[in-house]
Amino acid sequence: MTETQTLERPVEAKAKYNLIDCDIHPSMKTPAELHPYLSQRWKNHLVTYGGHTRQGLAETLSHPRMVPEVSRVDSWPPTGGPPGSDLPFLREQHLDGLGIDIGVLVPLRFNASGQRHPDFAVALATALNDWQLGKFLEPEPRLRGSIIVTQEDPASAVAEINRRAYDKRFAQILLPPRSIEPLGKRRHWSIFEAAVGHGLPISLHVGGVGGHPATGAGWPSYYIEEHHSQVQTMQAGIASLIFEGVFESFPELKVSFVEGGFSWVPAFGWRMDKAWSTMRDEVPHVTQPPSEYLRRNIWFTTQPMEEPNPAKNLTDTLKWIGTDRLMFSTDYPHWDFDDPRYAFKIPLTAAEKAAIFAGNAVNFYGLN
Amino acid sequence: MARHVVARVDELDIGKSKLVKVAGRDIALFNVKGEFFAIANRCPHEGADLCRGQMVGLAESDEPGQYRMTRHGELVRCPWHGWEFDIRTGKSWCDPARTRVKSFDVTVTKGGALTEGPYQAEVFPVSIDEDYVVVEI
Amino acid sequence: MNEMVRSLGKETGLSTVGGIDCDLHPASPATKTLLPYLDDYWRETFVMRGVDRLSLAMTSSPARAPINVRSEWKATSGFAGDTLETVRSQALDPFGTRFAICNVLHGSMIMHSDDMAAALCGAVNEWLAREWLDKEQRLRGSIIVSAQNAELAVAEIEKRAADKRFVQVLILAQNDEPLGRRRYWPIYEAAARNGLPLCIHAGGSNRHAPTATGWPSYFVEAYVAQASIFESQLLSLISEGVFHKVPDLKVVFAESGFTWLPSFFWRADKTWRGVRAETPWVTEQPSDIVKRHVRFTLQPVEAPIGTDALARTLEHIDCDDILLFSTDYPHAQFEGLNALSANFGETLARKILIDNPLATYSRIAADFGKEVAK
Repeated sequence: MTETQTLERPVEAKAKYNLIDCDIHPSMKTPAELHPYLSQRWKNHLVTYGGHTRQGLAETLSHPRMVPEVSRVDSWPPTGGPPGSDLPFLREQHLDGLGIDIGVLVPLRFNASGQRHPDFAVALATALNDWQLGKFLEPEPRLRGSIIVTQEDPASAVAEINRRAYDKRFAQILLPPRSIEPLGKRRHWSIFEAAVGHGLPISLHVGGVGGHPATGAGWPSYYIEEHHSQVQTMQAGIASLIFEGVFESFPELKVSFVEGGFSWVPAFGWRMDKAWSTMRDEVPHVTQPPSEYLRRNIWFTTQPMEEPNPAKNLTDTLKWIGTDRLMFSTDYPHWDFDDPRYAFKIPLTAAEKAAIFAGNAVNFYGLN
Repeated sequence: MARHVVARVDELDIGKSKLVKVAGRDIALFNVKGEFFAIANRCPHEGADLCRGQMVGLAESDEPGQYRMTRHGELVRCPWHGWEFDIRTGKSWCDPARTRVKSFDVTVTKGGALTEGPYQAEVFPVSIDEDYVVVEI
Repeated sequence: MNEMVRSLGKETGLSTVGGIDCDLHPASPATKTLLPYLDDYWRETFVMRGVDRLSLAMTSSPARAPINVRSEWKATSGFAGDTLETVRSQALDPFGTRFAICNVLHGSMIMHSDDMAAALCGAVNEWLAREWLDKEQRLRGSIIVSAQNAELAVAEIEKRAADKRFVQVLILAQNDEPLGRRRYWPIYEAAARNGLPLCIHAGGSNRHAPTATGWPSYFVEAYVAQASIFESQLLSLISEGVFHKVPDLKVVFAESGFTWLPSFFWRADKTWRGVRAETPWVTEQPSDIVKRHVRFTLQPVEAPIGTDALARTLEHIDCDDILLFSTDYPHAQFEGLNALSANFGETLARKILIDNPLATYSRIAADFGKEVAK
């Protein structure tokens, strides 16, 4: 990773967009909201069996969170239903409240890639995409969707990508970082091929149910550990993409890592470079130092904001990553939300601000 | 310093909180077991409204595996990131010296006593027989 | 080509003479070599079962992988560090090492049978005492134990601790469960009781995937993932309250890397503020606990040389006590004798080489004192 990497890319978006939020979580008043988008067969399945993922608990992830629905206490719609389930309130509190020009939806409910029933997974993915269109994207032009696919069934994933790619309201393909096998494995490559073919970026948002312990050290006891383990899972995904040679085969592929933080990126690049420099004979298909691919093909969203003490240490991190690689995100309505006005505790230049809060996302999503 | 009448006592039940605007400031008012407290509403971290936070007890422990909940309802968890603030003092639990919000003196006064003296209740109709929450700013 | 790669081999390091090498690896002994140190039952059944013909080498540390043996340190057997003579001539003498701690990375620590694991660990420790420590005054040992059965691990610690040349307890980074879990606490209490730091060295059982997203294809990828495992272990030790329960415990992370620490500090401290009620015994921010209780062996230094990366990272860590000198011999972490980057500066270098190890290892400090008194 070289040293000065700030703003090599032009900031074209200044005039058009000032604030793009790369991580908004839409929700449902009840699971029945999905019923209109499922066939009778899968509606019955959903009602009878519910989700059946690779973990012990049925309703929630393995570590209970510290607040209901993982959400800001002040984000519950006055009309009822969980946070993120009411479009008028989402508009009022979030889009209008913060002046967001474009918001990218990242639906997490039902976890299609985590379902063990392969056909139900496919039906869910399709239904979730139709649900995004019907509930959010059609009535609200500021919102963009994420194409939900079944990562564990790449053929079906590619079919779903092909079905949605024409619709520019979908901004990206969403994959879970926790999967049965690491992201870069060859069985996933048809998904990358489809993404590049359609000019769609891929986004990994923390979460997923791959069936493996949440850390390489085993299952942790506490949420505070599980929360942190998302960082390591992101690292594993990046290492896999790079060492499997995905970016050698798909040099145009753009991938963003969402809600995993970013302060670990430089040191992780240094570690990969050092290991690669010693053992590149094992992976001759990796022709560049890993940090070169990291630099070229990967973006990061900013939330949860890194908060060193003293705050100024963050300027080193920004310098090492490159301020053209960070995209602002709020994670609304989740509890570790970042407010665009106060998230950065260090001063940014006008150009850096324009890039992080909008320009980089415009480049990543191809919004121009 | 002036005293501002901000609420009728019966407007705020035990365990509840409320945003009041006094002299241009947003103040979070809390009823802790019948006692009233007022702190600055804005979380110093990212600006969330502390009046929207859950009022919680203090989780403590003498050793791993032992849990003790004390001071029920005396802390407010920021509605966003969950930082805990002592409602009585405005100090955060994790970093009391550096992360804190301003705390204001609060008294409960009979309406009859509010008709004279330095009290400011210009937008607040005061009745002689009711109890009122008064914040000093 | 980037900075890291361009800069390899160009650096001139600071002198390491008189230093305490906190991570040196004698070659893992062949099982046959251990037979004299096993009792009748294990000796006979190992021969009967053919275990004596196995190396019990671990997938997490293939001895011939280029990371694990520098080309010029390869012995005729192909395994570096396989004789005392090579360790003397390649490591102790050239680096001018005053004391070196032998960390034997042996499969005994990951055998599924509690009893077999304990028997083999005991044999490796005895072998280390007889074949290495008895013969070379500069060497010190780590008591290897299998963490999976704390009772047997404690028995081995208590037995071996009588030999003051053993200066710490050694376990691997990846075990069945995160190391903060209460099942492991008796090991930590025994270590602290005997004035022994707990060393957690890279490597592991691979009984579950080394990442939350499954099994990486390549060894280089798995090696990179080791740092992630260390991060998880660090947070586990903190969150479970190990340092509250065993306040005298010192933990040494070996071959973990350390340039990931600032990011760990920032995130762990921030998250703790929001969710600390879940673990109310953790009453300090995680970074403060780490700075008081946890130390890191120097190698590998993962930062591009010739930039400000290392200097800035050290400033971010903001703790001069945290690094312990190591060569990681015979692993390939640096070139020539440049174990100690010039970026550290003379003052910090002295701390890393001598003061920090002495503050960490009371048993070495006692011997160091005697040396000075003489």
